[in-house]
Parts: sequence; structure tokens; C-alpha cells
Amino acid sequence: MSSELVLKDVDKIYGAGAIHAVKDLSFTVKPGEITALLGSSGCGKTSTLRMIAGFETLTNGSITLDGRPIHALPPAQRNVAMAFETYSLYPPLTIGENISFALKAQKLGQADVGKRVRDMAEMLEIGDVLHKYPSSVSGGQQQRASLGRALVRPAGLYLLDEPMGQLEPQLRAVLRGRIKHYLREHKCTTILVTHDQTEANALADRIAVMEGGVLQQYATPAELKARPANLFVGTFIGEPPMNVFPVEVRDDGKTVNFTITGSDGQSLAYAAADLPQAVRTRLQSETALMLGVRPHAVHIGRSGLKARVVTCQWLGDQTHIATEIAGRTVVSVSHEQITAKPGETIALGIAPHDLHVFAAGTGAAIAHGAELV
Amino acid sequence: MDHTSTFERIVRGILIGLVLVFFLFPIFWIVLMSFQTNETILRIPPSIVFEPTLSNYSALITGRLETTAGNLDIAFMKNLGNSVFLSVASVLVSLALGIPAAYAFARFRFRLGEDIAFTLLSFRFAPPLLVLLPLSLYFKQLGLTNTYIGLIWVYQLICLPLILWIVRGYFEDISPDIEHAYRIAGNSWWQTFRKIAVPLAMPGIAAAGLLAFIFAWNNFIFALILASADKQPVTVGALAFVTASGIQYGQIAAAIVLSIAPTLALALYAQRYLVEGLSLGAVKG
Repeated sequence: MSSELVLKDVDKIYGAGAIHAVKDLSFTVKPGEITALLGSSGCGKTSTLRMIAGFETLTNGSITLDGRPIHALPPAQRNVAMAFETYSLYPPLTIGENISFALKAQKLGQADVGKRVRDMAEMLEIGDVLHKYPSSVSGGQQQRASLGRALVRPAGLYLLDEPMGQLEPQLRAVLRGRIKHYLREHKCTTILVTHDQTEANALADRIAVMEGGVLQQYATPAELKARPANLFVGTFIGEPPMNVFPVEVRDDGKTVNFTITGSDGQSLAYAAADLPQAVRTRLQSETALMLGVRPHAVHIGRSGLKARVVTCQWLGDQTHIATEIAGRTVVSVSHEQITAKPGETIALGIAPHDLHVFAAGTGAAIAHGAELV
Repeated sequence: MDHTSTFERIVRGILIGLVLVFFLFPIFWIVLMSFQTNETILRIPPSIVFEPTLSNYSALITGRLETTAGNLDIAFMKNLGNSVFLSVASVLVSLALGIPAAYAFARFRFRLGEDIAFTLLSFRFAPPLLVLLPLSLYFKQLGLTNTYIGLIWVYQLICLPLILWIVRGYFEDISPDIEHAYRIAGNSWWQTFRKIAVPLAMPGIAAAGLLAFIFAWNNFIFALILASADKQPVTVGALAFVTASGIQYGQIAAAIVLSIAPTLALALYAQRYLVEGLSLGAVKG
């Protein structure tokens, strides 16, 4: 039941060259793996999903499922199941009939179908509305019914388009766990489209971050956070987002200084030994750099960058402090309760292994912490 | 509108009553007329007290009109049959052509698509006579004058745009993803069209079919010019009641009662589809 999906050089151009929605997209989803397509609206993730499902044609490239090219086949012959963002339940059928409908082609016995539908409904907590019509249940219940209709059917590939967008946060957290367990247990190769990185992190083995129709990075959630391929991924992944400021590097052999551009010479100084020679050599060859630091890696201490406090909030389990350096906001997150008054000046320290260095022009990553990319 | 006072209810009742009287009184009067002779109809002052007679109906059904000037053959039942046949056949042909076309216009963007759809609609606002005069010349050459096929063809000018545009709207209201869900579950395009799209648009199709039927039934000018006596529908056939010896009001009334009966019955029957159509609209989303 688990199949390998390979996208190769896929292009999608709408109209007569008017909108280039997906550009030269290639990635592979291994059998039984869950991949999330993550990106903001209009990044090409839904177009990609619809091309895999067969509702859009490819302008260029190929899609193969288990070695079989499927991009020219009608949707019915692709062996793909899909949960739609718009639910798309059949209005004249009850919720239960909608889910069991997907099993019609399986030639199962009545009792078997009934059991599968009940199990699925129980997992998704819609067992009590099976006899109701889509029009008389809530959006969240319709969405779960649509998800159930997709998951209940054996297929080589499962496509889930924003499958939990309409659910309440508590229920979403519970269902994420159950759905992940279900997909694992049945070794379902899955593509999940979402703009919610929490959902992508929780469900997916690997995340494909897309922007402007281009795949930015395809990696595990941990890798995306630790080693973002470029400035976009660095700032897109993580909550609150990564702090970024332009810097100039000076290396005198003993210390390496990152001076923040336009900040009256404020700088982060590290002993040369803290950074490997390869990184130092590379940094010297770059003229304009962007320095990225995750908010939880910005520590409040006695020495470091002088920053003016803008707001300070204790959220019950962590403190968010927004400060300002050279007109740029720098956010620090700490698990301790810290009080700082707006207007006060505090010192921000950053460990060398928490630095992310990007090229200012292209945004490509140069070094993460002490490692060269 | 849960909290309405007695006063509001009374006013509403009176207003609805007035509307009903306005629309239904002529029909009521015609029904009364159809059971009277010309003499009782034309007496002054008019009265609703009279001795009912079935002579008008028997004259229509037997096809023999007895007037003071003599006996006259009328082909009313034949006309009624023509009306039924022409309307039903035109609507069926229109549905067969219009539903797939409406689906295509609703779902696919293609070159000149909107222009074609608009051209079809424009048949509805072109003055019929403008079309008819050249058409009658063509029909003579093609041998289509005074044939059922020719008339049904021309009736497409009435039925097809109606069905196309109404049904198109209904197809557009159905989320394409519902069809996508059905297709990805292993069904072909044709199965999806038959099992999902058409049933979901059925209220619209019924409404459009009914409207097209009524328009076709009421058409006068096409048949007047393109058909002779044996192919004429009731609308044209009714002219026969204006005889040399005067206008046969009683028979005209009876003919009206008989000719509105089928459309009325159809409208009453199709009402539940129309109501279903409205409730389906409310269901979405």
C-alpha cells in the first residue's frame, strides 16, 4: 500500500505564460513517509497538490507513483485519495454514507464497511453525526468527514489539503496525534498541504518549504530549524520568527567581530577559537552579510549588544522581550520570568553556535553556528 | 419574522388576498364562461348565476362547432395534441443539447466560450419576426416548412438559451471539488457528470425545463408563419374561433381552460422540485 512518489522538474504556468505558479519542482516522498508542503498563500503548494491529484495539467516535468508515470492519467486511475480543503461532501448523502461511499469500489461486505466507517468516525470523533447530512453539521465535522472519506480508502498516496483548518485547537492537537499514528500504522505515503508550521512539524517526517512557486528547502523539521537553507526559510520557520540584522565582519586573527550596520559600532565579539578556520576564511571573502538569531538563543546578560526594551511580556511559561537595536526589532524569549521596563537598556548575548550567517544578496546560508554550509 | 402582531398578520392576509384576486379572477371568470353559451356570456348586466352547459367542451372535443350560421369543423383537439408534442419534443431536445453545453460553459474555459454562450442568449432578445422572415425562405428551400422537425428546430430558439443559462448557473454553484472527490475515488468524467453534477443540478434542470415548456407552449408567431393547420398548436388554432358569424366566447373560454390545464398540472407537479432547489441552495457552504 505504500508507494514512492517522485516529482521531477514540474512546472505549472497558468494562462498564456501569465502566472508561473510552480517552477522546476523536484522532490521524492519515500514509501510510508509523510511530507508537508508548507508555505504562505499563493506559494504554489495547492497547485502542486492538484497536479499530483490530476485536476491540473503539468506544463512540464513528470510525476511518478511507484515507478508508474501518473501525470497523464485521469484522476480515477492514479490510485490517490484526497481530503479537500472545501470538504466537498456529497450533499444528498449522510456523513456515514459519504465515508462508506469511498469503500464502494472495494467490494467489501456490508458488515466490514460498517466497521471501517465506525472505526474511522470514532478516530475522528464524528461517530455521533454519521446519520446526519453534511448541511446540518458544523464545518469542523464536515472537514473531519472529508478527511475520513479520504483515509478510509486504501490508496497508494494520500493528499490532505489543509485537513484540520476548521478544527478547534484542542481537538486539532488530539487528532494530529491520532492521524499521525493511523498514517504510520497503515504505512501511508502522504502529502499534507498546510500553512500552519505547527501542524507540519507535528505530522510530517519531512517538510517542503515553498515560496513563489520555488522549493526553498526539503528537510526534516529539526533540520529546517537548525540549518535553514536561506534567509526565507530561516525567517519563515520558527515562532517567534528569527531575528535578522545586517552585519560587517572583522577578523584580526584573535577575535572575530560582527558589527551591526548602522548601530554606532555595536558588535558581537567572539574569540577566533570559537569559530572554525573554514568558517572564518569564508566570512572574510563575503562583503555583505545577514546575521540570523532565533529568539530563544538571545540571552539577556551583563555583556553583549546594548538594546532598548520596547515591550516585555510574561506569558505564564516564557518571557517575550522585544528590544530595538539600530531601528531593528530583536526579540528574545526566555523561560525565566524577567522584568524589564520599556525604555530601559539591557545587554543581549548570543553564543557563537547559535549564529546563522546568510549572504545579504542571495539570502543563501553561509554558516550555521560553527559549521559551514 | 417570529414576532408578528395580529395587525400585521391581518394586513398581510388582506394584501395577499388582493394579489390572489388580481391574478386568479380572470382565470375564475374564464372557467365560468366556459360553461356558458354565448348568449348568457354577453348579457348585460353580467351575472354569475346561470345554467351550466357542457356544449362548449363537447364542441371542442368532437371537433364540430354549431353556430347560427351553420356547422364548422374545428381542429382543436388536433391542435392541443400538436402543442403537447411540439413542446415536449422541443424541451427534450433542448435538455439533451443544453445540459452538456451548460456544463461545458460552467466548467471549462475555452476559446470563444463566452461569445458562444452570449450568442445563444441573444436568440432570446432578437425580435422573432426579424428571424422568421428569412427563416421561412430557408425552410421552404430545405423542405422544412410545415414539418414537426422544422418547428421543433425553431423552438430551440426559445428553449435552448433558457435551459443553457439557467442550468449553467446551477452547475457553477456546485463546488468543482465535489466532482473532483468523486473522480479521484475511481470514477470517470462521464460517471461524475451523470452521478454527481446532473443530480445536484436537477432542481435547476427541472425549473429550466418547466420554464422552457411554458414558453414553448405559449409560442404563437413561429407556428403561425411556419406551419399550416394540421401542424398548428392551440395558440394559433384559437384563431379559428373568430368565425364569420361572430366570436365564440364560450368555446374560446373552454379552449383556454383545456390548454392551460397541462401547463398548470406540470407547474403544480414540479413545484416540489423548485422548493427542493431553493432548500439545496440554502444547504451549501
